[in-house]
Amino acid sequence: MTEEHLLKGWEEFEAGALLFSFEGDPSQRKFHENNSIHHSVADWRVLKPVFNEELCIHCQFCWVFCPDTSIIPKDKKFGEIDYVHCKGCGICSDVCPTNPKSLVMFANQTPIEEALRNWPAKDEKKKENSDG
Amino acid sequence: MGEIKQIKNLKEFSTSVERFQGGHRLCPGCSHSIIVREIVNATEDDLCISTATGCLEVCSTIYPFTSWDVSWIHIGFENAAAAISGTEAMHKALARKKKGYSDKPMKFIAFAGDGGTYDIGFQSLSGAVERGHDFMYVCLDNEGYMNTGGQRSSSTPVGGATTTSPAGRVSYGEKMQKKDMTAIMAAHRCQYVAQVAPSSWKDLVKKAQKAYQTPGATYINAMSPCPTEWKFDPSMSMEVSKVMVDSCVCPLYEIEYDPQTHNYKYTVNYEPKNKLPVKEYMALQGRFKHLFKPEFSHVIDQWQRDIDAQWDYIRRRQDAGV
Repeated sequence: MTEEHLLKGWEEFEAGALLFSFEGDPSQRKFHENNSIHHSVADWRVLKPVFNEELCIHCQFCWVFCPDTSIIPKDKKFGEIDYVHCKGCGICSDVCPTNPKSLVMFANQTPIEEALRNWPAKDEKKKENSDG
Repeated sequence: MGEIKQIKNLKEFSTSVERFQGGHRLCPGCSHSIIVREIVNATEDDLCISTATGCLEVCSTIYPFTSWDVSWIHIGFENAAAAISGTEAMHKALARKKKGYSDKPMKFIAFAGDGGTYDIGFQSLSGAVERGHDFMYVCLDNEGYMNTGGQRSSSTPVGGATTTSPAGRVSYGEKMQKKDMTAIMAAHRCQYVAQVAPSSWKDLVKKAQKAYQTPGATYINAMSPCPTEWKFDPSMSMEVSKVMVDSCVCPLYEIEYDPQTHNYKYTVNYEPKNKLPVKEYMALQGRFKHLFKPEFSHVIDQWQRDIDAQWDYIRRRQDAGV
């Protein structure tokens, strides 16, 4: 988005148009310059989710419950986290069913390698709760 | 009528091409976008959406951006249903009159908050349903005017503290009962009326697909936990939604109306194995914090009785088949 574009007047924008469903290869998809996908909300984030590949069971709960479309699945598996649109709400970590969780919230400035080294251990308490 | 998209499990669902993009400015943890994504991704047909003023409209279309990858229209607060009924009538007329106009099946959806449905948009919704337009109306019910700072609406439940029904030494917050919008829409003889919660994604997708396939107006009441004004941590949205379903505060049910026999068919889609007390639902949220003081404990008891009565009523209607 250029500055010149932001200064466009309302009458210079496209008139109402019909948008049809996208067909074809999603990786080749192109977005209109006014699509909010070009806008970053990364500066909203205080905590960021970090993904641990070894623990993931690819259940896609994080994908369906992500409010910001920031979990990008690949071939029915966990693909990657889109840190441009993630606001760090923590829902993905909350709904993750594995023990220990495969998505954990760390401070935004933590490097991913360091986060993976400090991964929380298996939570024994959770098991007791589910029994009782 | 287009083919129903086959969604058996989440892995299959995750291959959907996203139609509501990120980069919108809804609060972190807002359930609105979860519900919207589950609904718009549940079909592959072309969609035309109208949105009433509210959190969703304000946050998803901030100048010069839009988060919608579908045809989208916004007019005013009170006329989401009027706008979509006009669009639907135009689509029908053009398909009939104009050669070369797309005859692909198109689905029409109106999204509105509870302010735009329960209060301000009620007359246009009532009119559009009465005229029998073929559209689906989704109410994203977060129990108040959250976009403007959390004023009460006719959807705010008893005891909820909002900026216009504050809790304090004298008052325990909102005193009016929540309007039963689902029953009101069923009384309009909508052929399909349902209540959903975002945490039960399969139930939501199934109901959305059913509403897409039903001719005539359909209404879906989607309860949408609001971290900002219900005052809980953003990561708890789905937890709150789950407890809401398990405590029967938001029973998942649907009402089908048969215009031939004039019969209502209630179906309870989910019966919680362990029905939780409403106390647990209220304890999660800051807006009910004051009710745990001893002088206001009668409000919680009354809540429990009301919820039990409502749950009992729905199940009795189901069993009786009327």
